[in-house]
Amino acid sequence: MSSRIWQPAASLEAMKARAELLSTVRAFFDARGVLEVETPALAAHGVTDPHIHCIEVPGYGWLQSSPEYHMKRLLAAGSGPIYQLSRVFRHGEAGPRHNPEFTMLEWYRPEFSLEQLIDECLALLGRWLRRPNVIRPFRHLFAEVTGLDPLTCPPAALVAAAAEAGAPHGLDHRQSVDFLMATQVETALDPATLTVVTDFPAWAAALAQVREDEDGVPVARRFEIYHGGLELANGYQELTDAGEQARRFAADNQERAGHGDRAMAPDPHLLAALQAGLPSCSGVAMGVERLLMAIHGYRDIRQVLTFPTQRA
Amino acid sequence: MANYSTSEFKSGLKVMLDGDPCSIIENEFVKPGKGQAFNRVKLRNLKSGKVWERTFKSGDSLEGADVMDVEMQYLYSDGEFWHFMDPQSFEQKAADAAAVGDAKQWLKEEDLCEITLYNGEPLSVSAPNFVELEIVETDPGLKGDTAGTGGKPATLSTGAVVRVPLFVQVGEVVKVDTRTGEYVGRIKG
Repeated sequence: MSSRIWQPAASLEAMKARAELLSTVRAFFDARGVLEVETPALAAHGVTDPHIHCIEVPGYGWLQSSPEYHMKRLLAAGSGPIYQLSRVFRHGEAGPRHNPEFTMLEWYRPEFSLEQLIDECLALLGRWLRRPNVIRPFRHLFAEVTGLDPLTCPPAALVAAAAEAGAPHGLDHRQSVDFLMATQVETALDPATLTVVTDFPAWAAALAQVREDEDGVPVARRFEIYHGGLELANGYQELTDAGEQARRFAADNQERAGHGDRAMAPDPHLLAALQAGLPSCSGVAMGVERLLMAIHGYRDIRQVLTFPTQRA
Repeated sequence: MANYSTSEFKSGLKVMLDGDPCSIIENEFVKPGKGQAFNRVKLRNLKSGKVWERTFKSGDSLEGADVMDVEMQYLYSDGEFWHFMDPQSFEQKAADAAAVGDAKQWLKEEDLCEITLYNGEPLSVSAPNFVELEIVETDPGLKGDTAGTGGKPATLSTGAVVRVPLFVQVGEVVKVDTRTGEYVGRIKG
């Protein structure tokens, strides 16, 4: 059995589907005047995000979990709209929908609002997935499935609901929302629809701006696009304020310390680029393997990787 | 024992959970867009045989369980314990009725069995997949019946009862599949 492990996991059909997808992506952005760029996969700094663990390369730094920081430095230097197809790396993420190394399509649109970027994402996805789409704020979607408003109901109620749904002990209220989102809400999404989820909790803003929604509750200017319950894309109205960015880095590291994770040095080049001036922009990342799974109905990410981590 | 983090959980890994040794069957990584990641894990409790489903925060860890599978030769039973010997080292281990479980009805002296050791002591015993045992009691069959249509019960030397074809007689040795408890064939003396 183990003697067949030298062979690729992906079929020739899946390999051709990937090649086709990549050329469609390039044609799409070429026609829209978006420049293809390449940035390092290996760099001196990783990310502070409390839920992403970068892979360290001793003597060099970190494999990049996303090309975001370098692409923002290009934008600050006046690149105009850019996209990239890059390999990114995340420690510990392996399963039917995750591989520690995967291909990310990431692009940035100066002067685009979040709504314009959502439209562009749906236009690109429409090349392959002819599906109706719905746009739902996170709060409403979450409340519809769980009966609880994740942003205004008492934290103890969310913790209790997660515990009842089989969550591990000791989750705080944000982790309880994450648990219910991953195990109840995502699985309840309509499989025949592209669901655009907007206005995430402010605590999950990452590198997105925060605003107040119609009830005065702070929400992140972020969206995610799901195909059924499969997350395909994650977009931000990008944070451009260097001071706020520095505060988020510090808050992330505080949260990391609370989980017993090591602190990550804030990337001084990104902060310097924001200080120099990042144009107002929106940006989004799409997982290429997830796209292939959605388009062709593959149920396991290993079916679209020539050599998934177990064989690589 | 070492600790294993959720990213190291894979099928067959033996870990301690709620004080019992368990074997991981399945480990699924789930993560909402930007947030806490979880691992949904299926484990078999090696003491009870029951399958547990638990969710862990990714990065949590469990202590490894000192569990290993070894092949040992069955020696004898004193009524309370079943005694086995490692054919290489000649080291002996005694398994109690809970550890031997259903395997006891198939154990014949000198047969090799797979024994799961936990902290060096037998936790469970698996009978060989096929055993050859002598029939000690069965009704005489009808002469001329070779098709073995309905079959009849036969008691084997170990006390196990299996259904055999009508033509099989007391004193004959039969081969049985211990996983299903079914008669496979006669062994010609």
